Amino acid sequence: MDFSFLSDDRYDFLGAFWMNVQLTFWSAIGALILGTVLAAMRVSPVPLMRATSTVYVNVVRNIPLTVIIIMMSQVLYTQLGVQLATRGERGFLATNNFRLAVLGFVLYTACFVAEAIRSGINTVPPGQAEAARAIGLRFTQVLWLIVLPQAFRSVIAPLANVLIALIKNTTIASAIGVAEAALLMNTLVENEADKYMAVFLTIAVGFIILTLPVGLLLGWVAKKAAVKR
Amino acid sequence: MSSPASVPDRPAAELNLGEQVTINKPATTSDTRGGADSSVMIGMYDVQKHFGDLHVLKDINLQVPSGQVVVVLGPSGSGKSTLCRTINRLEPIDSGRIEIDGVELPAEGKALARLRADVGMVFQSFNLFAHKTILDNVTLGPIKVKGMRKAEADKLGMQLLERVGIASQRDKLPAQLSGGQQQRVAIARALAMQPKVMLFDEPTSALDPEMVQEVLDVMTSLAKEGMTMLVVTHEMGFARRAADRVLFMSDGEIVEDAEPDAFFDNPQSNRAKDFLGKILSH
Ligand SMILES: Nc1ncnc2c1ncn2[C@@H]1O[C@H](COP(=O)(O)OP(=O)(O)OP(=O)(O)O)[C@@H](O)[C@H]1O
Ligand SMILES: [Mg+2]
Repeated sequence: MDFSFLSDDRYDFLGAFWMNVQLTFWSAIGALILGTVLAAMRVSPVPLMRATSTVYVNVVRNIPLTVIIIMMSQVLYTQLGVQLATRGERGFLATNNFRLAVLGFVLYTACFVAEAIRSGINTVPPGQAEAARAIGLRFTQVLWLIVLPQAFRSVIAPLANVLIALIKNTTIASAIGVAEAALLMNTLVENEADKYMAVFLTIAVGFIILTLPVGLLLGWVAKKAAVKR
Repeated sequence: MSSPASVPDRPAAELNLGEQVTINKPATTSDTRGGADSSVMIGMYDVQKHFGDLHVLKDINLQVPSGQVVVVLGPSGSGKSTLCRTINRLEPIDSGRIEIDGVELPAEGKALARLRADVGMVFQSFNLFAHKTILDNVTLGPIKVKGMRKAEADKLGMQLLERVGIASQRDKLPAQLSGGQQQRVAIARALAMQPKVMLFDEPTSALDPEMVQEVLDVMTSLAKEGMTMLVVTHEMGFARRAADRVLFMSDGEIVEDAEPDAFFDNPQSNRAKDFLGKILSH
């Protein structure tokens, strides 16, 4: 197979995959925060919060990610004029698209994070929260000090799956022109039509290199962190 | 000060929603209070509680004076745990009034959390925080609820662990301890809040027989020191030796309320006779 395109200066493989890494990094942080908030709302004693979280999760996770990402660009930016970068600055469009994509990934991935954490919360025996309430801790303290730390330990493995899915999902950012690996692949497919097989292999191996260590590392962490009862 | 009236009684609402939560009754301090009720530590007045259609607490009226040790007996499902849990509002009540040291339990929020700290609770299943060390289990409440400095809380924690005889296990996790040890830590954890009342819900029922005594010993010494205690237990020996008073519950009612010897030697109701017959026959 001919992999000569790898040394072709026109194609910046490292740069493209680096873009996926950056998309993943910021989206993962955002999704973890929003997902935790959604999960906390889901178990809160306030019915309105529970309902809001339930509706959000059930609506957003059922919209195809491609639709969400394109909506970020077409609806949020083009129609509503929401800008996430300063217009006129160098690379405005690239930065704006990158941030819109991250926002889309956060909104979407948070649903899966919330569901994972919620199932984790369910593994914490109710007696833990009860004992915490009995010594006078308030709801937020019970959640933050007692329930979530135990829940997180049991959701590391499911969260690893969410993260791996997110890494692969970042390829959808190409739909709004973010210069990541899948966009590069499209370019290659056009320019190097005779090397399909090699192009696909390169991109696939690139993603495996990104995802495999994540799964292995977090699998190991999950074992270490398990709460002994 | 423009403090709004009481907050409506919302079941299970634990979230702190701000400062507008007030104690329903003007808070009285012990020196302004005086009179006959000044020594009532736990007061339950016309308390009703349902689980759906099931009437689990029927018109409960109970006053426990300061320093009294009350043992609650009764068949399974008679409402003993529920009684215990309503006293610190882990379980909300439908109607009636519950007071701790003359102060009515607030419905929710910060004020409830604060008052709960006055009521220590020990559970059948220990419920030690599984991800925290033994010492951290004991110091968490003082630090997070009372705002005590860590060094001070550690000192208090070690004193309490020494008192229940497990100071050497301070850095272990709960799962590394035996059931009896865990339950003694749970008692220390409750005591760390310097509660006015201690509630015990079958504290020895989940223990291997050889560990029951070490927990009862701690409880007996607490009782001797004048702690107000309400203990749900099937340990008749403890009830006879340490209790000042026995309550017998059946179907959500307090059927008998007597001194231990009077209750055991001469139960009045058929339900109590039945119950004692079953318990004592094995
Ligand atoms: N959360 C709940 N929801 C519905 N029903 C409940 C709940 N908790 C308790 N009950 C019911 O209320 C009744 C009283 O329960 P409770 O636990 O207070 O009894 P108990 O006297 O402590 O019994 P045991 O000796 O078995 O612990 C029982 O019939 C029980 O099934
Ligand atoms: Mg019970």
